[in-house]
Amino acid sequence: MSHSRAIDTVATAESTPEAEQPYAELGMADDEYARVRTILGRRPTAAELAIYSVMWSEHCSYKSSRVHLKKFGELAPDSDALLVGMGENAGVVDVGEGRAVTFKIESHNHPSYVEPHQGAATGVGGIVRDILTMGARPVAVMDALRFGPADAPDTRRVLPGVVSGISFYGNCLGLPNIGGEVGFGAGYAGNPLVNALCVGVMKHSDIKLAQAPGPGNKVVLFGATTGPDGIGGASVLASATFDEESQAKRPSVQVGDPFLEKLLIECSLELFAQDLVVGIQDLGAAGVSCATTELAAGGTGGMRIELDRVPLRDSTLTPEEILMSESQERMMAVVEPGRLDDFLAVCRKWNIEAAVIGEVSDVTPEEAERGGRLVMTWHGETIVDLPPRTAADEGPVYERPYARPAEQDALQADTPDRLDRPKDDASLREQLLTVLAAPGVCDPSWITRQYDSYVLGNTVLRAPHDGGMIRISDDSDRGVALATDGNGRYTRLDPYTGTRAAFAEAYRNVAATGARPLAVTNCLNYGSPEDPAVMWQFAESTRGLAEACNQLGTPVTGGNVSFYNQTGETAINPTPVIGVLGVIGDVHDRLTSAFSAADDGAAIYLLGETRDELGGSAWADVIHGHLGGLPPEVDLAAEAALGEVLASAAEYGVAAAAHDLSDGGLAAALAESALRGGTGCRISLDGGLADPFTALFSESGARAVVAVRPEAEEAFKELCSRHGVPAAAIGTVGGSSLSVSHPGGGFDIPLQELRTAYESTLPAIFDGE
Amino acid sequence: MTARVGVVTFPGSLDDKDAARAVRIAGAQPVPLWHDDADLKGVDAVVLPGGFSYGDYLRCGAIARFAPIMTELVPAARSGALPVLGICNGFQILCESHLLPGALTRNESLHFINVEQRLRVESAGTAWTNRYTAGEEILVVLKSGEGRYTAAPDTLDELERTGRVVVRYTGGAPNGSERGIAGITNEHGNVVGLMPHPEHAVEALTGPSEDGLGFFTSVLAHLADGVPAGSSAR
Repeated sequence: MSHSRAIDTVATAESTPEAEQPYAELGMADDEYARVRTILGRRPTAAELAIYSVMWSEHCSYKSSRVHLKKFGELAPDSDALLVGMGENAGVVDVGEGRAVTFKIESHNHPSYVEPHQGAATGVGGIVRDILTMGARPVAVMDALRFGPADAPDTRRVLPGVVSGISFYGNCLGLPNIGGEVGFGAGYAGNPLVNALCVGVMKHSDIKLAQAPGPGNKVVLFGATTGPDGIGGASVLASATFDEESQAKRPSVQVGDPFLEKLLIECSLELFAQDLVVGIQDLGAAGVSCATTELAAGGTGGMRIELDRVPLRDSTLTPEEILMSESQERMMAVVEPGRLDDFLAVCRKWNIEAAVIGEVSDVTPEEAERGGRLVMTWHGETIVDLPPRTAADEGPVYERPYARPAEQDALQADTPDRLDRPKDDASLREQLLTVLAAPGVCDPSWITRQYDSYVLGNTVLRAPHDGGMIRISDDSDRGVALATDGNGRYTRLDPYTGTRAAFAEAYRNVAATGARPLAVTNCLNYGSPEDPAVMWQFAESTRGLAEACNQLGTPVTGGNVSFYNQTGETAINPTPVIGVLGVIGDVHDRLTSAFSAADDGAAIYLLGETRDELGGSAWADVIHGHLGGLPPEVDLAAEAALGEVLASAAEYGVAAAAHDLSDGGLAAALAESALRGGTGCRISLDGGLADPFTALFSESGARAVVAVRPEAEEAFKELCSRHGVPAAAIGTVGGSSLSVSHPGGGFDIPLQELRTAYESTLPAIFDGE
Repeated sequence: MTARVGVVTFPGSLDDKDAARAVRIAGAQPVPLWHDDADLKGVDAVVLPGGFSYGDYLRCGAIARFAPIMTELVPAARSGALPVLGICNGFQILCESHLLPGALTRNESLHFINVEQRLRVESAGTAWTNRYTAGEEILVVLKSGEGRYTAAPDTLDELERTGRVVVRYTGGAPNGSERGIAGITNEHGNVVGLMPHPEHAVEALTGPSEDGLGFFTSVLAHLADGVPAGSSAR
């Protein structure tokens, strides 16, 4: 094997200023490359070019989104709960009793299309390390998934692969998967969305930040060895649209080892417990480049790295490849010299390889002014000498042009009013079953039953309930609830309103478990930012979310942007996935969405107002294949009032079950509650309600159904009226069918028939062959 | 005196804290045991918990059987003296260690499955099931990818004949296990292995029931009174 390739040192770069460099192939624009030359006062070395190209990629620098994401900070509501805000690996929220939780959602979309199993698996691994890096023990995961049409041939490749990847990695890691959501749509064929969320728990005093203070402190790389995984992944895979060439990119997807990650978690938590690290960073996109520049930028600004000391699994790797490698299950720590032996002893206990690869250094005032000084050597020769803050914090910022596309008017004008509505009870009944069986509405347990939801023993609520809930510790009754939501159809019709609707739904889902919403994370999935129409969607979405979070007092704590989710000129429906975290004082008070036999005779209340709102609805999509008009209005004051009623009803013990209304409206909500508890309900749609069709299928927001036992009805009605939430008694729990009557007639669907419709769809498709 | 029940943590053990919690709720003291220490710390009984020991990359449980802790555990278990419960990966380790016959292979569906599962207790004559009644149905959690029990036909016949099938899936084995077998015991009744997770059915808040607690109270009764381990296997 030959190592004769000349190393491009700083000295070489100085003496060959005009050497051609492949910056364009690395995804850098002409002006970006020129700026690197200006910063360095010479051409970059190959290693420096590698660092800047990955650190300034869309994926790492948020160069197209940053000007819009600023709104989350500018409009952040005052919240005593926020301990660490945006900008760190994940936000941290106070949940009381001296404990805090940290949570974040992140995309792994492109790799999951190229290689579904490993792409999804390493998506879980990456977000878990982000949470670990904050000093927290990861305690649960969730996923928001979108695929092409369920019966499309490629979906049968992508969906089972993604699910097996999440199952393999999450289960082997011992993290309960407590919920999430799945959706289908033509635009996601070729552009599946895999958004993974992780939540961790810690004490306030355990919070760790990505920083490297203290000259003389050692920089330690620990975990997996570095191989050729995902080289160029950060800038190539995450920043370019798929075309025929993507087949050639297959090897650049990373491969995950959850067993090693489990050891890395336990090892890191033991290191934290013994207070052996002063700064820590996980290695994700852009690997060593990102970890070293960010740690240095967060500390003195100075760091010296001997790159040849990085333990390799492939000895032929070049320095540039080492810098760009996205090998999984690696962490970087800054350790005081006196604690190094103890640090290495803990690593040995967990069979974790660790290597000192450099140290924190002092910087002169002049160097500090330039952005610090990061020096890397390769067998004694200097190959990197750059100001790390210019790579980590001062990447390009684009004010991308954006414009409301001309066709938006036509789309909004094509309202669902022109669609045929069911004319009699027989067709109403049939359409209810059809909507319930649709892939995006039906029972997702073909997917969720592949996930361990019990491990760690603190899972209080799991899929398919409205949100997941975990007890934060064995010795506490406190819990946190989480839900993620996103509706690409709504956001396509009106990105501002659609994003607020996604937030409102997640908020409502958390409240429906009995928890009080506290903070927000988001994963923003869009097409190409170079398309002004897409950029307009993005700008409208971020404005909508920032304003909504401000109004409801739930700050955005962090998140992730995924651009370039498009095939050719066709972008996905803009799909902001919003995660809301809430807190419940006593997990025993939680509400489930199931009508159980014990609730027989309980009254069913419909909370909120039902309007004729079917734009972007599941009904319009499933029955008519129609997308047009406007999404349902979002009334945040009504959402807040509803949320307070639900959380209070749980706290006072006046509700037996609660279920939010979303896709498929009241029809889907009643069917789900009945099936989950195996107990039917008798519904009477009269007395001032809308016509039966609108009552059953409208998707107006700020609504929920609540089952209330007779002895609690007065208290419950009083609670609703105190908060100004309309509450209509629409029936009772009981029987073995979903039975609907209205002034003009009615229909009845036995639970068995309902169950067959609800549960057969995904198994029929994915167990079919 | 409070019984001390060891819970072994291998690298990759995942349900070790859950096993310890179940031991505690049952009224005993959980004692953490470390795979790399050939030291049982004088415990009265041992639980081998669920998870993916050593990543299970070779074959589930195949590497764990060689762990230093097993050099102490295996002879004590084989003699009939030490009660040992293997749950999920623990069951796989017991089979790989030849403390129990047979093997666990990939689920028939080839998928990991996580379900609330009904079991019928076939034998209440073991150290870990004496608080149940034979024929009793319990609801616990089954969550595994390689839980399909298999053994040679004459081994299966012998297990049936000698009353060593401890728990059986009702309504058909979701993983394709031979004869619906979910758990078995050795000839002394002190070593029990099962794929489902009784330790995840000890609190109404987090589990499908509290039916699993009986495994842990059984071993305490066994330790306190010498309630049968094997003597009355049905």
